[in-house]
Amino acid sequence: MLGYIVRRVLWLIPVFVSVSLITFILMHITPGGPWDTATARAATPAVKAAIKAKYGLDQPLPIQYVDYMWKAVHGDLGPSFSSNVSVTSQIEQGFPYTAALGMSALLISMLIGIPLGMLAALRHNGFIDQLSIFVVTLGISVPSFVLAITLILMFSVVLHVLPFQFSRTNWQSWIMPVLILSLGPIALFVRLTRSSTLEVLSEDYVRTARAKGLPAGVVNIRHVLRNALIPVITLLGPLAAGLITGSFVVETLFGVPGIGKMFVASVNKRDYGVLMGSTLFFTLIIVFFNLLVDLTYSFIDPRIARG
Amino acid sequence: MASQAPAFQGVALRQIPKETFNTPTQLALQRFRRNSLAVGGLVIVVLFAVIALTAGFTAPFDPNYQSSTAQNAQPGTFNEEIGKVNTLGSDDLGRDVLTRLMYGSRVSLAVGLVSEGVILLLGVPIGLAAGFFGGVVDNALMRFTDIMYAFPDLLFVIIIVQVFGRSLFVIFIALGVTSWVTMARLVRGQVLQVKQMDYVLSARSIGARSMALMARHILPNILGPIIVLVTLGIPGAIIAEATLTYLGLGVDPSTPTWGTMVNAAFQSIYSHPEQVLFPAFAIGVLTLSFTFVGDGVRDAFDPRSK
Repeated sequence: MLGYIVRRVLWLIPVFVSVSLITFILMHITPGGPWDTATARAATPAVKAAIKAKYGLDQPLPIQYVDYMWKAVHGDLGPSFSSNVSVTSQIEQGFPYTAALGMSALLISMLIGIPLGMLAALRHNGFIDQLSIFVVTLGISVPSFVLAITLILMFSVVLHVLPFQFSRTNWQSWIMPVLILSLGPIALFVRLTRSSTLEVLSEDYVRTARAKGLPAGVVNIRHVLRNALIPVITLLGPLAAGLITGSFVVETLFGVPGIGKMFVASVNKRDYGVLMGSTLFFTLIIVFFNLLVDLTYSFIDPRIARG
Repeated sequence: MASQAPAFQGVALRQIPKETFNTPTQLALQRFRRNSLAVGGLVIVVLFAVIALTAGFTAPFDPNYQSSTAQNAQPGTFNEEIGKVNTLGSDDLGRDVLTRLMYGSRVSLAVGLVSEGVILLLGVPIGLAAGFFGGVVDNALMRFTDIMYAFPDLLFVIIIVQVFGRSLFVIFIALGVTSWVTMARLVRGQVLQVKQMDYVLSARSIGARSMALMARHILPNILGPIIVLVTLGIPGAIIAEATLTYLGLGVDPSTPTWGTMVNAAFQSIYSHPEQVLFPAFAIGVLTLSFTFVGDGVRDAFDPRSK
């Protein structure tokens, strides 16, 4: 078990090196840079050289990379190319919003998705099952911005009940962003809970529990739910990735000052400092969630660590 | 039965109607045809394909023609400059919404097909090699997928498109390049199962070489899951492209795509809500239809999955 954990954590090092190296190389073969925008004043060669020297851009690429990673490990993701605020402090400012939205969406999608998926399986082919299939299809196959626009048209434009612009202090302005962010995760939770519950329902130990006369509620919770929830844990990895890309759309749409909006803006401004730093940060989150999933899973199901 | 003369048995065999000898493919087709949602989805997809192919001569306007007098026209307004009706209205630059929707379907359909093509070309051979030969190829593939799974797909596509230029071609390739690992992993897993089968062993024992084994005995038997993954991947690719262009990170805004139309019309959602509704609706209908088709194909190939 301990060996598995150590191996699993050590494996993170090559993942990080590869992701950062790929991003770093991509950023440096890109034609154009921050001073190629239409609004920037033409810089003299002397000024350009001075700026390059200041940011270490005159060094050979491998040295730049090692230098960048060394600072990144110590929490310094370097300067932003388009503002005076460093990448680390930009992330520090934006991340609380993104995390709050993401965690609310995660919580809501669990509270809705898991019971709905389980009920759908218990009433296989019944009304709730049909409803759950509808929710899954909608959540997975319709882009979140299309659903968002439908909600905005309904609640902001026509009915005027929910504000369209996000503001930290107005709780009503949180409703639509959280709802839209949670639609995809709800669909994933429903789908996986439903299929794993259906599988568990056909197990021998469930039949045994029923046969010995246990009440349906006890069987459903103690025998079915407990076992059906094990594979649902694996969803946390893809969900972390989904919530990050979801935040690009939702934060841009509603004007949330989080790191999703920051990332989209940095692409438009060709701010490679922010782009590189936020990519590393997103990878860190996803890798952390995947690690959490693997360790929890090997704890619940020790066969994983042995195999 | 035992009392029957051998001569009659031959006759009886020939009289058995042909339909009872259905191949698995025919059975799958039958199951697909009985699924009304899937058939309905297929009809809509074909309809969009016809629109996309004929947009050049059936669209009422030129997609980039900007009317100087009819900007933000309501649906059904008569355009006096051209002498035609803006059936779905015009946008803030006076371009016909219906025409741009028709041209936009080309991009969405092409995204689905080309990126899935790239996924097939990369994922199937690599997955086959990894599953069949194992060893170094297999190890490299598994480690590489671990790395790719640490990158959110859309993030990687955004970076690639940013680096290699915001053209449709780059977007198609980027979507394919980021998603082929899923295909490779699926093919690898299927190959590992199928290569244990007796018919593969017997083919090997009569001297079939690796290439023949893979092409004639393994690949045909794992086509089902591959087709399912491809059809279910198409709406994902369409969504990714639309989201990218919607965020303003995709193609040039003058290109008529549904994502750019939503992006542009979103600015005036309060004054002209219908302009954002039409392209958003088109994206939703097309991706839903593809999903219905994909679900139908999956249920047809694997009836137990329901």
